[in-house]
Amino acid sequence: MSDKKKSIAEVISQKMVSEGIYSMWLSFPKEQDMAAIAVPGQFISLYCQDGSRLLPRPISICEIDREMGRLRIVYRVAGKGTEEFSRLAVGDTVAVVGPLGNGFQKKDGKSILIGGGIGIPPMLELAKSLEGEVSVVLGYRDGNLFLKEEFEPYAAVYVSTEDGSAGTKGNVIDAIQNEGLSADQIYACGPLPMLRGVKDYAAKNGISAQISMEEKMACGVGACLACVCQSKETDTHSNVNNKRVCKDGPVFDAQEIEL
Amino acid sequence: MNLSVDFAGIQMKNPVTTASGTFGSGAEYSEFVDLGALGAVTTKGVASVPWPGNKTPRICETYGGMLNAIGLQNPGIDLFAERDIPFLRKYDTRIIVNVCGRTLEEYVEVVKRLASEDVDLLEINISCPNVEAGGLAFGQDPKMVENITRRIKDVAKQPVIMKLSPNVTDIALMAKAAEAGGADAVSLINTLTGMKIDIYRRTFALANKTGGMSGPAVKPVAVRMVYQTAQAVKIPVLGMGGICTAEDALEFIMAGASMVAVGTANFHNPTATVDIIKGIEDFMRNNKVEDIQELIGCVK
Repeated sequence: MSDKKKSIAEVISQKMVSEGIYSMWLSFPKEQDMAAIAVPGQFISLYCQDGSRLLPRPISICEIDREMGRLRIVYRVAGKGTEEFSRLAVGDTVAVVGPLGNGFQKKDGKSILIGGGIGIPPMLELAKSLEGEVSVVLGYRDGNLFLKEEFEPYAAVYVSTEDGSAGTKGNVIDAIQNEGLSADQIYACGPLPMLRGVKDYAAKNGISAQISMEEKMACGVGACLACVCQSKETDTHSNVNNKRVCKDGPVFDAQEIEL
Repeated sequence: MNLSVDFAGIQMKNPVTTASGTFGSGAEYSEFVDLGALGAVTTKGVASVPWPGNKTPRICETYGGMLNAIGLQNPGIDLFAERDIPFLRKYDTRIIVNVCGRTLEEYVEVVKRLASEDVDLLEINISCPNVEAGGLAFGQDPKMVENITRRIKDVAKQPVIMKLSPNVTDIALMAKAAEAGGADAVSLINTLTGMKIDIYRRTFALANKTGGMSGPAVKPVAVRMVYQTAQAVKIPVLGMGGICTAEDALEFIMAGASMVAVGTANFHNPTATVDIIKGIEDFMRNNKVEDIQELIGCVK
């Protein structure tokens, strides 16, 4: 038996932080305390009450409160399943399996954390836990800068917006260049085009980059092989050029993955 | 109370196994369930060489079910034999190895290779809807089913289960063809071919366009086909298709399945297999059933 747990979590708080984006704190019973073992970059699988939606919804961990045995998730309502979660009230329960995936590998030195859209939440716990000089670059569509001020106690925060309504107009790489940021390593989570940009930027500047990938999942634990991404080298588990996002990731060294 | 069954000459401690492809080789789910509690573990399909599978997205959810088009990604028989069989042998459970191939020769190669391996049964996948060659093409023509079964039986050292496709007009005909070819058992149903359109992106939800449908939504179709098959052949039937609870499993057993497999339910509940075994025990206790044999095929 490993550290993964199947648990019934209790909703401690639930609020909308932006249009269609919700923040929820979950509390776990002592025997299945996921918070005690979770690390930044891991995710949890939430299960719907409605049996017509049978696949778990993988959602990244935004914050970890080890003392209280609680995890925070910040998620976008993307369909009926996440819509069901958004209607959960304080005191309601939800079935959860986790913590899942590998998480970020924390390194010393100067770091840039990059989050794009709904890839922003998992960077918060990482920002809180990293030692050394930390810059955070957050990419938004518009001036609706959810979670931004929550990063400010832990890092210098820079913003890019697609419409130019706040920070640098453009994408996160534009913001990095505009602000003249430099680092020993990058940690990133966001949409695929952003991850491609991060990978290129890191390669050109000789910086290591850890990127958190997303893919449609079924089991969430590495058995079904639904959520694979293409690896540069033959993977030792799959024996082909595929890695499992849910089990071998979601965090990968950017240069090991074909995007 | 006796839950054990003799399936194609192999004694199983209970009638519950896993559906191929949903459970890997057991390692991942061993973090949630004691594999030794299962009657058998059925492994994901293995081919003669590693297969990379299809492009992503490989799965999507549908109402009460899902579609998958994994494309039989597998590490190949060599790594499987070296790593996965010894892993499973550590547990007190039977090993059913699912075999896939693109050509008859590829199936035969894997079956020959497994002859010297310590596994209990072979399940031959002649019904995967997600690979271009092989798979389903073999499973929709009774002559082909009979021929491939015979060729595999010629070289197999373990009992052979032929896994049948529901994507046929007459499932009993396919089951009889497998029996005529010498199959020791049949298993069914594999997934139903389906499709989902993403209306916002105006494209297919799966990269492969079509996928295999599974989950509780397919259960009535599966129960019907298991019943028809059990009526048509003398060899034992391994039933599957949307089993999520003990009640679901008991429907298949009463329809004539000597064993049942739990598949998609593992994704909804990682302890589904052991929960179902316990539920069957509870049902037998509450209904004063001494031996599971009393229930197998009791609905005629």
